[in-house]
Amino acid sequence: MSGTMAEQPRTAVSNPPVRALAANFGEQDLVRRSATGSLPAPQRQLTPVAKLIDVSKCIGCKACQSACIEWNDTDPAVGVNAGVYENPHDLTDQMYTLMRFTEWVNPETSNLEWLIRKDGCMHCADPGCLKACPAPGAIVQYTNGIVDFIQANCIGCGYCVKGCPFNIPRISQADHRAYKCTLCSDRVAVGQGPACAKACPTQAIVFGTKEDMKKHADGRIADLKSRGFANAGLYDPPGVGGTHVMYVLHHADKPGIYSDLPENPRISPLVETWKGMTKYVGLAVMGFAAVGSIVHGIFGRANRVAREDEENAEKLVDGRPVPPPASEERAG
Amino acid sequence: MSAVVPPIPQGNAQKGDAVHPGSPVTVNRYTPMKRLNHWITAASLILLALSGLALFTPSLFFLTGLFGGGQNTRAFHPWIGVVLFLSFFIFFFQLWKANLPERTDWIWLRKIKDVVGSHEENLPELGKYNAGQKFIFWSMTALILVLIVSGVMIWEQYFTQYTSIPVRRIAVLAHSIAAVLIICVFILHVYAAIWTRGTLRAMTRGTVTGGWAWRHHRKWLRELAARRKVGPAE
Amino acid sequence: MTNSWTDIRNTDLVVVMGGNAAEAHPCGFKWVTEAKAHRGAKLIVVDPRFTRTASVADFYAPIRQGTDIAFLLGVINHCIRNDRVQWEYTKAFTNASFIVKEGFGYSDGLFTGYDEEKRDYDRTNWDYEIGEDGFARVDPTLQHPRCVWNLLKQHVAVYTPEMVQRICGTPQDKFLRVAQMISECSTPTRTMTSMYALGWTQHSHGSQNIRAMAMLQLILGNIGVRGGGMNALRGHSNIQGLTDLGLMSHLLTGYLNMPTEQEVDYATYMQSRQFRPLRPGQTSYWQNYSKFFVSLQKAMWGDAARAENDWCYDYISKLDVPSYDILRMFELMNQGRVNGYICQGFNPLMAFPDRGKCTAALSKLKFLVTMDPLETETARFWENHGEFNDVNPASIRTEVIQLPTTCFAEDEGSLTNSGRWLQWFWPAATPPGEARKDIWIMSQIFLRMRELYRKEGGAFPDPILNLSWNYHDPNEPEAEELAKEINGRALVDLTDPADPSRVLVPAGKQVVNFSQLRDDGSTMCGCWIYSGCFNEAGNNMARRGTEDPDGTGAYLNWTFAWPLNRRTLYNRASADLQGKPWDPSRKLLEWNGTQWTGYDVPDIGPTSRPDQVMPFIMNQEGSARLFSRGMMRDGPFPAHMEPFESPVPNVLNPRMRGNPVARIFQSDVPRFGNSEEFPFAATTYRLTEHFHYWTKHNKVNAALQPEFFVEISHELAAMRGITGGGWVRVWSKRGSVKAKAVVTRRIQPLNCDGGRVVHVVGIPIHWGFTGAAKKGHSANTLSPFVGDANIETPGFKAFLVNIEPTTPPGVVS
Repeated sequence: MSGTMAEQPRTAVSNPPVRALAANFGEQDLVRRSATGSLPAPQRQLTPVAKLIDVSKCIGCKACQSACIEWNDTDPAVGVNAGVYENPHDLTDQMYTLMRFTEWVNPETSNLEWLIRKDGCMHCADPGCLKACPAPGAIVQYTNGIVDFIQANCIGCGYCVKGCPFNIPRISQADHRAYKCTLCSDRVAVGQGPACAKACPTQAIVFGTKEDMKKHADGRIADLKSRGFANAGLYDPPGVGGTHVMYVLHHADKPGIYSDLPENPRISPLVETWKGMTKYVGLAVMGFAAVGSIVHGIFGRANRVAREDEENAEKLVDGRPVPPPASEERAG
Repeated sequence: MSAVVPPIPQGNAQKGDAVHPGSPVTVNRYTPMKRLNHWITAASLILLALSGLALFTPSLFFLTGLFGGGQNTRAFHPWIGVVLFLSFFIFFFQLWKANLPERTDWIWLRKIKDVVGSHEENLPELGKYNAGQKFIFWSMTALILVLIVSGVMIWEQYFTQYTSIPVRRIAVLAHSIAAVLIICVFILHVYAAIWTRGTLRAMTRGTVTGGWAWRHHRKWLRELAARRKVGPAE
Repeated sequence: MTNSWTDIRNTDLVVVMGGNAAEAHPCGFKWVTEAKAHRGAKLIVVDPRFTRTASVADFYAPIRQGTDIAFLLGVINHCIRNDRVQWEYTKAFTNASFIVKEGFGYSDGLFTGYDEEKRDYDRTNWDYEIGEDGFARVDPTLQHPRCVWNLLKQHVAVYTPEMVQRICGTPQDKFLRVAQMISECSTPTRTMTSMYALGWTQHSHGSQNIRAMAMLQLILGNIGVRGGGMNALRGHSNIQGLTDLGLMSHLLTGYLNMPTEQEVDYATYMQSRQFRPLRPGQTSYWQNYSKFFVSLQKAMWGDAARAENDWCYDYISKLDVPSYDILRMFELMNQGRVNGYICQGFNPLMAFPDRGKCTAALSKLKFLVTMDPLETETARFWENHGEFNDVNPASIRTEVIQLPTTCFAEDEGSLTNSGRWLQWFWPAATPPGEARKDIWIMSQIFLRMRELYRKEGGAFPDPILNLSWNYHDPNEPEAEELAKEINGRALVDLTDPADPSRVLVPAGKQVVNFSQLRDDGSTMCGCWIYSGCFNEAGNNMARRGTEDPDGTGAYLNWTFAWPLNRRTLYNRASADLQGKPWDPSRKLLEWNGTQWTGYDVPDIGPTSRPDQVMPFIMNQEGSARLFSRGMMRDGPFPAHMEPFESPVPNVLNPRMRGNPVARIFQSDVPRFGNSEEFPFAATTYRLTEHFHYWTKHNKVNAALQPEFFVEISHELAAMRGITGGGWVRVWSKRGSVKAKAVVTRRIQPLNCDGGRVVHVVGIPIHWGFTGAAKKGHSANTLSPFVGDANIETPGFKAFLVNIEPTTPPGVVS
C-alpha cells in the first residue's frame, strides 16, 4: 500500500471510478479485531462511511436482494410462499439482506401504509457481534466503520448471533461460519458503493460518507415533514454508538412498526456481563483456586495416614479391641 | 448362637465395598465400573474445561490448538459435554445414596478448621463420604445439569432454532458462570484428593488402605468390618 | 410515451392509474422519485390494490377494476364544473370548438348508430359538420350546442362523485381528493403526468381508458409540455420497437397500415390516406403518406418496385378482416384453419387468455416452431406435468421444433424504450450451445424457402423471389446493415426541387431523415419514423452524450428518439398562441419571431407561425381530439362500460354486457361466467421480482418470489375460511387453479352500486411448469378470450372467479 488514499465516496449518487484501483483500506486500518488484545493502533483514520436506507423511497422491489446474491455469489434456496412477500422468509447465510413488509394502518389517518424495510447488518459503531466473538480476527471493524466477518477465522460458535442487537448474523450449516452483510467492503475498498445501493432503482439506498448521508437524510426528512409525516427522522441509534447503516423513517418515533426495528438497540446487558464481569471475575476465581491449592499443597502439611491408623484398621478387621466409636456428642 | 450381635454401624457402605485383612488392610472403595465412569467423566471435564476456556477468553484461545483449531474445538466441545453428561449421570446413580446429607456433615462443616489442619481426632466418625465430598458431588450434579441444558440451547449446529436469542443470551451467561464454578469445584476436588494422601489409589486401584479408611471414613470401615463378621460380605 | 422517462422528473403530479410503475417498471420509476425529491411532486395511485407504487404514494384511492373510464370522466366533470380547465390551451389546441354533425347522440350507454345484430356502430354521424369551404365548422366561442365542448360537458355530467362511487366503489371523499389534486394542474404552471400500462390496455375497452385520460390531460393543458403527457409504460424492453416496426397483422412499418381486400390497387389504397387538412393552414403530416409507403416498398423489393407496378402494391397481402390478431389466430387454430405456427420470442401458452383453449388450439397444429432462449411452456405444451399441465401427450400429434436463440445480452442491435429512444446495445456474452441469432434463423428459413420457390415455382412466388436481400452475409445480415436500411438512403442523386443542379443527397448515401423521402422511387426507407437513426453522421442510436441544457431531461445527444430525435411529442403545445412557453421556468420551445428555438426538436415546421399552425400536426384538424370522430369503433367519447364478466350490472344500461362492439367468437360465448356462479372480481398482474415467464428460469428471481399465489382481503378470507399461506382453489368458467393465499390489507372490499360489496381476487402471473421456481398454475387459465374493441389486446384485468380453501396440488382431498 502506498500512503496515499484512494478516492472515497463523497456523495450519495457519485459515479464510481471506472478504472481499477488498489484496495484503499485493509488490515492496517482495523480499529477493532475480535478476541484480540493487542491490536496496533491504526495509523490513520478513514472517512467514516454509511449506507442510508430511505424507507419512504423504497418500493420493495428486492433489487438489493438480487444484487446482494449476485455480488456475493450466494445461492438462496427456492422456497415456498408462506402467505407473505418476504422471500427468503428470513435472513440466511445465503441472504444477507431482506426486504421486510409490514401492513400498518396509521391510527391518525386510518390509511394503510405498507412499510417496507431492507433488513441487514447495521454496522454498529459498538458492534455486539465483535464483542461476543471468541475467535481472534473473525470479526473486524475498520476505521471507516465497516464491520466485517472474516470467515477464515470464524469457528462457527454463534456467539455473534447472541451479541448482535439486531438479529443479523447467520451461521452456515454447510461450512459452519457466520455470514452477514459486509457493506460490500470489497467494493468500497476500490471506490465502489455497495451492490445493493448500486442496484436500487429509486436510490432509496445511497452510500457515502456518514456525514454526507446525514445531510442527505436531513433533506429527505424535511421533504417527508412537508408531506405530513411530522415524526419523520433518522435512525442512527446511539445505544450502539450510532450505525453505519441508517434509515430514514417516516415514523421515526415508532421504529418498532417497521418489522420490529429495535426502539433503542444496545448490546444486551447479559452479553455485557458474559463478556465483561463473568470473564474477569471467572478468570480471577479460577486462578485463585488453582494458585491457592498449589500454594497450599507446597507450603501446607499433607494429610497423611499414620502408622497408628493402619494398626487400628488391622485390629478392627482382626476383631481385636480398637478405640470405640467416639460419641457424636464429643464433637458437639 | 445366642450371642448378642452388636448393631452394625451405618457407614453408607455400598455394594462392592469390602475389607480384606492383611498388612495393611485393604478396603475396596470403587468397583471397576465406577472407576471407569469416573475417569471418563474426569477426562471429559478436563477436555471441556480446556475447550471451553479457549472459547471463554481470547487469552486462552490458543488452547484450541489442542483440538485442531477453533472449528474443531467448537464442534467437539458439545459432544464431549454429552459424553460427560451421560457418564456422570451413570456415576450419579451409583453414588447418590451415599451422598445424602447427614447430621454429622454439619458437625464436620463446623469443624472445617480441624479438617484443614488435619485434626481428624476432633472430627466425628464419618461414613463413606464426608461433607466436602458430598458438596463436590452435589455441586457437580447441579452444575452439569445447568451446563447441559444451557449448552444444548447454545449448540449452534443443531439446537439454536428452538430458542429465542434472548433466551440463548441467558443460556450462554449461565453456561459460562456454571463453567467457572465447575472448574473451581474440580480444582477443589483434585486438590483434596491429592492433599489427602492415600486417596488417589481409590480411583486407580479401587482400594484404599485400612488406615486411610480408619482415619477418614471410620464409620464406613466399622460397617464393613462388622458386616464381615456377621456373614460373608461377598 | 408522448414524453420520455427522463422528463417525468419535471412533473408536479404523477398519476399512476392503470399501471403499477414501481412494481413493473422500477427502473423507470426512479424518475418519479426524482420528481418527488427535486420538485416536491405528489404521487397519486388509483388501483384496485394497494400496490408497491401506492406504498410510496402521497395519496391512494381504490377503484374497482374495469371502471377507470367512469372515474376519469368523473374527474373531467369535476374540472368542468369547477372551472379547472386550461382554457387558452383547450380552445386553441383541441377540437373543443368543432361542430359535430346533427344526428350524433348518446343515451343508455350507447352512441347513435348501434346495430346489436352486427355488434357494431354506424359511425357516419360521428363527425364534424363540414363547411362549404371544405373545412370543418367551428365555434370559437364554444356557444354552439353541438360544439365538441358542449357535447363533452353533457356527456360527462352523469359522472358525479356519487356516480363514481356507485360504479367504481371509490369512496366519494377519496375520489374528490384525487379530483382536486388533479384539477390543480389546470394552471399553465402546474403539470401532471399520466403513467399507465396494461392496467388500462388489457380491457375490452382499453383504448377508451387511455382516451379518457388523454382528454383530461388536454383540458388541463398537459400534453406537449415538460412533465406532462400520456406515458404508456411498455412492458418489454423493445415492445415499443415491435409496434413501431409494424409487427402486427394490420400494420406496416411506422404505423402505415395494411391494405384491406377492398383496396384492390395502390390508387384506391391511397384514396383514404390523403389526409387533407380539415382546417386552413394546418400541416396534416400524413399527407406525406405516399412518400413513406413508396420508400418502404423500395426497401422491400428494390428495383422490382416501380411506378408501373404500383410499387409492388400487389405483393402486400390484403386483410379480409380487420386484423389477424393473436385471439383470432388461436381461434382459427382451434377451428383447424391454421395448422402451422412459428412462435418467435413468445410464450402464448402462458400469455394468451383462456389457456385451455390455447392448449386445444396448439394440439390441433401440424407443426409448431418455437424460437426462444428459454425452455418455454409453449414449447412443452404437449408434455404432461401433472395438474400443472394436464395433457395426454399420446393424443397430441403436433410436431414441435425448438430453435434455441440468443438472448438480448448476446446480441447487437437497438431496443426502443417507452420514451421512443432507440438505444443501441452490444453483446455482453457469447451465446451458449447451439443458440443462434433470430436473424440467422429467419434468414435460413427465408433463403431455403426462396430456393424452393425458385425451383418449384408456386402460386405467386414474386414477393419472395424479388425480396431485396443485399447483405454482406446473406446467411446472417448484420444489425448495422439492417439499421441503415431502416434509416433509408437515396437511390439516385436527390436534387433540390428549387434548384435541380444542387444535389441534396448523392445516390447511395443515407438520407438525413424522413423529410428527404420521396414517392417517386428515388429513395428507400424501411421504417420512416426511424429515419435519422443511422444517417451519414453515423449510428445515432449509439450516441451516449449526457448534455442536458437547462436540465430539461431531453438529453438530445443520448441515442436517438423517433421521430427526428424529438423527445417530447407535440412539444409545440408547450407554448401559447404567441409562441411563449406556458411556464417560462419549464421552457421547451419558444418562437423567436421567425422560427422555433429551444431545447427539443420542434414538433412542427421550424418556421410555422404559432398563431396559424396548430401543434397536433399528425391530425387533419391540427388540433387534438376531445371528440375522436369515427376513428374508434366504440365511440367518439369514452363511456362507462363494464367488463364482460362483471360483479355488478352496468348502471347506465343493465342490459349492456361488456363493450357492445368488442368482438366475441361464437365458441367463447358459453365460456363467459356470471356473478352468481362467480361472485368475485379477479384481476391479473405482474410482480417486481419477475419478468413475465422468463425470470422464473433464473434461480435468483425464483428464490425471491418462488411460488404462485393469489391475494385476497381479510374479509374475503374470513368469509371463505381461507388462511394466509394456505392453499386455495380459484376457478372461473374457463378453468381452475390452485395457489397459495396471501391475505392482505392491501386489498379491500369495495362498496359499489346499491351497497353491493365487491371482493377482489388478485392473481399474479409468473409461474408455469418450466424453470427454476416452484411449478405453478397460470393465471391465464382463468381469463376470458376477449380483446379490446379497437386493437384486440386481450382483457386480463377484469373477470369473475370463485375461491375456496383446498389441498396442495397433487393431494387428493
